[in-house]
Amino acid sequence: MANLPFIAAIDAGIHQEMRRDPSVLYFGQNMATTENHEFVAEYGHDRVRVTPISETAEIGIAIGAAMAGLRPVVELYMAEFMLVAMDQVVNEAPRFRYMSGGQVKVPLVLKAGFGFACGWAGQHTGSLTALFMGVPGLKVVVPSTAADAKGLMATAIRDDNPVVFLHHYLLTLEHGEVPDGEHLVPFGKAEVRRSGGDVTIVATGWMVPRSLAAAEKLAGEGIQAEVIDPRTVAPLDLETILKSVAKTGRLVLVDQAPRHATVAGIIAGDVAEQGFSSLKAPIVQVTARNTTVPYSEPLEAYVIPDEERIIAGVRSVLKGRL
Amino acid sequence: MNVQVPDAERQVWIFTQMLRIRAFEERVKRTFTEHPGVIRGHTHLADGAEASIVGSLSHFRSGDAALATYRCHGYPIVLGSDPKALMAEIYGRADGICKGLGGSMHLTDVKRGFLGTSGIVGAGIPHAAGAAWAAQIRKKGEVVFCFFGDGASKQGAFYETLNIASLWKLPAIFVMENNGYNVVTTTAQEDANAANGEPLSTKARAFSMPGVTIDGTDPLAVYATVGAAVERARSGAGPTLVESKVYRLSAHGNIIAPPGVPLHYPEHEAITVFGNRAEYEAALRGDPVPRFRGTLVQSGVLSAAKADQLAAQVASEMDAAVAFGIKSPFPKLESALENIYA
Repeated sequence: MANLPFIAAIDAGIHQEMRRDPSVLYFGQNMATTENHEFVAEYGHDRVRVTPISETAEIGIAIGAAMAGLRPVVELYMAEFMLVAMDQVVNEAPRFRYMSGGQVKVPLVLKAGFGFACGWAGQHTGSLTALFMGVPGLKVVVPSTAADAKGLMATAIRDDNPVVFLHHYLLTLEHGEVPDGEHLVPFGKAEVRRSGGDVTIVATGWMVPRSLAAAEKLAGEGIQAEVIDPRTVAPLDLETILKSVAKTGRLVLVDQAPRHATVAGIIAGDVAEQGFSSLKAPIVQVTARNTTVPYSEPLEAYVIPDEERIIAGVRSVLKGRL
Repeated sequence: MNVQVPDAERQVWIFTQMLRIRAFEERVKRTFTEHPGVIRGHTHLADGAEASIVGSLSHFRSGDAALATYRCHGYPIVLGSDPKALMAEIYGRADGICKGLGGSMHLTDVKRGFLGTSGIVGAGIPHAAGAAWAAQIRKKGEVVFCFFGDGASKQGAFYETLNIASLWKLPAIFVMENNGYNVVTTTAQEDANAANGEPLSTKARAFSMPGVTIDGTDPLAVYATVGAAVERARSGAGPTLVESKVYRLSAHGNIIAPPGVPLHYPEHEAITVFGNRAEYEAALRGDPVPRFRGTLVQSGVLSAAKADQLAAQVASEMDAAVAFGIKSPFPKLESALENIYA
């Protein structure tokens, strides 16, 4: 175990795979510009390159390289930059395996930060996870701990499909214990971050630590919340969520995205359909308010779910509890 | 093999492949009337581009790759794909080369190096560059053929990719088949080079890359120019943009209509949109397939009798493809849920 910041854990995952597999590439803007860049120094310019500011070409090149047998990791920095190249992400990468009748594989990783709610205003703060999770052929990963950041990145690189790897920018410097040596975290397996029998909270990314903090406060009042982190939303481990809801009967979904652009809404639909008989109260969704993220600090804080709003959500789902 | 001038045997091979593409496309087109309802959606034909396709792919070697667009029937025919499997795919059948999941716009034959076809204009250009990066790393002198149209050269994907391809000296040949029309818009209406009387290969200068414009209806001219570009790419010197001027002899595609309206091919846009029948008839007089036949017969490479014999063989090959496709069953319903993930 090593105590690493989240960002270093992601790099550790990339290193782990680049060392064992010469077909892994790593490239993007504003990286690999000197010979002593840590990835250039170790793997050389055949595999590690700086690109111009050309997201469509960067992601498109990754697709072609993947179809030709390589495993590219594209450094995109910010999830919004994928919007520049949305066709490649949504309508190229995940389509080729299917349209070719299974002839090609497109193993690639699109690494992008999201949710940078610290004064980056309207265009660099989005939580776009739900935009990608419904696309057949794409996998979508949202780590919330340093250990998962390493293990999910390594699994993403080994996966034979296009993977959108979304790391939350406000977790970048959060430290955590990260396993040394080979570390892989399976896709489609949620982690129960905190056990509890009164209410189930499901959250991803930065909303996980916020939900855990809310749960601690609630515990002081005798309310035990179970906090589930799906870790990957495509595939989604609905089973773990349904099992928890069967135990608690109450579900609060926390999501940094605005109301109708959430992973929460999709989970709510599935639970309403498949776990309705377990529910003792309507599902509560704690989401960002329905607006562009504002610049000014108090306004930004007002828009994005915080501990208080999560606690209020839990209270409302518990209202009338016998 | 000489990359500039094909020998007699190769010339006959080129002619045969041109015949095969034409015969295949004629049968696709006839399917709309002979077997109404069998072809769905939107289909785009390569008739008129045969010389460009075959002249280019004459230089294809094992280990190379080719990527193209939704107008994709011609390339796999040249690369050796089974026309039966291609026709069955266009008919949406279980024996289709993509199991009926792709259709006319997405023919793919990975075993023969035909890696993928995007239906979004220009979107496949960076895919070719990615495959070229893979070839560059393998260091075996392999190259990637990237086919697209004049319309695609106004997409950001084109500019972004050609910049990187030149910067990285990727082993790619960018063959722009300029058929004069972007759907129903003439090139001069949507391209600054064309509007100013300059060739579209002028764009290559922006990327410090060689750019050449050729008569894409002359397979020997295509052979020589693409051959030089392929040599350059194999040697590690980088990519070339080839503007290959062709005239598509059919409309952009079959009509776009909801079910209930029988699909068919309208006349070419020169006639239906611009009322310029003379332009279309001039193009027909320059039809590359009979023209190359004339060239070969005149130069003594091929006798008229042998040319007729080849045409008859090709006709029966493609008739068999239609019969096979029609007889092939529809895929099992469960197959719609397969091959989503690897």
